[in-house]
Amino acid sequence: MTTLLLDAEALYAELREGVRPLLKADTSLVGVWSGGAWLAERLQADLNLPGAHGVISSTLHRDDFGERGLAAGTDATHLPFAIDGRHLLLIDDVLYTGRTIRAVINELFDFGRPASVQLAVLVDRGGRQLPVAAAYAAARVALPATQRLSLAREASGRFTFSVKDDR
Amino acid sequence: MLSRRNPQLNRHGELIHLLSIEGLPQAVLTHILDTAETFLSVNEREVKKVPLLRGKSVFNLFFENSTRTRTTFEIAAKRLSADVINLDIARSSTAKGESLLDTIANLSAMHADMFVVRHGESGAPYLIAQHCAPHVHVVNAGDGRHAHPTQGLLDMYTIRHFKKDFSQLTVAIVGDIVHSRVARSDIHALTTLGVPEIRAVGPKTLVPGDLSAMGVRVCHDMAEGIRGADVIIMLRLQNERMSGAMLPSAGEFFKNYGLTDEKLALAKPDAIVMHPGPINRGVEIDSSVADGTHSVILPQVTFGIAVRMAVMSIIAGNEA
Repeated sequence: MTTLLLDAEALYAELREGVRPLLKADTSLVGVWSGGAWLAERLQADLNLPGAHGVISSTLHRDDFGERGLAAGTDATHLPFAIDGRHLLLIDDVLYTGRTIRAVINELFDFGRPASVQLAVLVDRGGRQLPVAAAYAAARVALPATQRLSLAREASGRFTFSVKDDR
Repeated sequence: MLSRRNPQLNRHGELIHLLSIEGLPQAVLTHILDTAETFLSVNEREVKKVPLLRGKSVFNLFFENSTRTRTTFEIAAKRLSADVINLDIARSSTAKGESLLDTIANLSAMHADMFVVRHGESGAPYLIAQHCAPHVHVVNAGDGRHAHPTQGLLDMYTIRHFKKDFSQLTVAIVGDIVHSRVARSDIHALTTLGVPEIRAVGPKTLVPGDLSAMGVRVCHDMAEGIRGADVIIMLRLQNERMSGAMLPSAGEFFKNYGLTDEKLALAKPDAIVMHPGPINRGVEIDSSVADGTHSVILPQVTFGIAVRMAVMSIIAGNEA
């Protein structure tokens, strides 16, 4: 068992400062469900951004549908603004193979044609299987492929990381 | 020995065919309704298509006529990016004497991935599900008087959409219940989802007596049946399935059981009126009710596409 000490709250503070230079006047945040959506919600408030953040789900464009099917869940894309011509900053908790990001970019384009799409993440754990890169990552770590890293949110709103061994 | 497992579920309890609502656990129904909610928003996007069934072939096998159901299945499959093949079976091979299973074997040889089946005989979709290849999925689009599960599910979706919660509701199903596979599917779904009061309302000749065994309150008096109801599901008089004198006349039926504004006033003030269509104005429902503010008949049609997308994508993602 690996003991990994990732302080999610400290990394969130770094992410908050790290995304500032990426924001243009008309940039909207879009959080990837579920961890990224929590991050986007809090960034929207902490950075005093106007309007509401969006939430995007990878479910309908996943490439492992044939193996995994449709999981029970309530994740759904919710974009409370027109994305045509808008600069979007995708927020996710963990960047790994890049497949989720590929799927959510496909999902985004079902709603229109954004001016640009960038990505900021809390943790980049390497292991990319697609040419996807984050414009900002608060931390870079290497983890064995058998471990699954994801963000959790406590009832108080505090972020923590959970590391699970994948079977 | 034959397995006693529900033939619609794989060994993990996941849905692989949709043949009937009877026997499906509440979690499966809720999963379908939740998934349909996701798909409802897809129908409002600029690109009304998702790639979940890309490269899959869905065969619509309608041994009985239907325009609405076949069309909504076709739209649903196309919005999931499937290739859809409509077969007018009633006028083709069967007319030349081919058996049902031979038809299925031939279509399977054309690499079908899913069959959407409507058949006049109860149980025909089960027979197909038992005999098709393990990767092929079957959806029952109505079999005889037995079941019409996607209609039942879209009815549940409609009720949940407008009423939010099933646990306090009174639901009245009115009209020709004995011939109605919709009524049977609705009753199973309402029971599984925890609706405390289900009423079957209609003349003795059109309401089967054994319904009380299913926990349904049988009412032969319309006023008693719809008083205080949150949801009224009107059914079409199925003239094509009636033999002999089951009814005095359509006019008399309307007088006693047709839903008019006066009768509707007995239900809760925020009651919704549903109908699986096609409606017979002036037979089971008055035009002013069908077009009135309580009517959710057209939303039902819209929800039906999302529910069918949910069913097809869930079963296609599960292995036998």
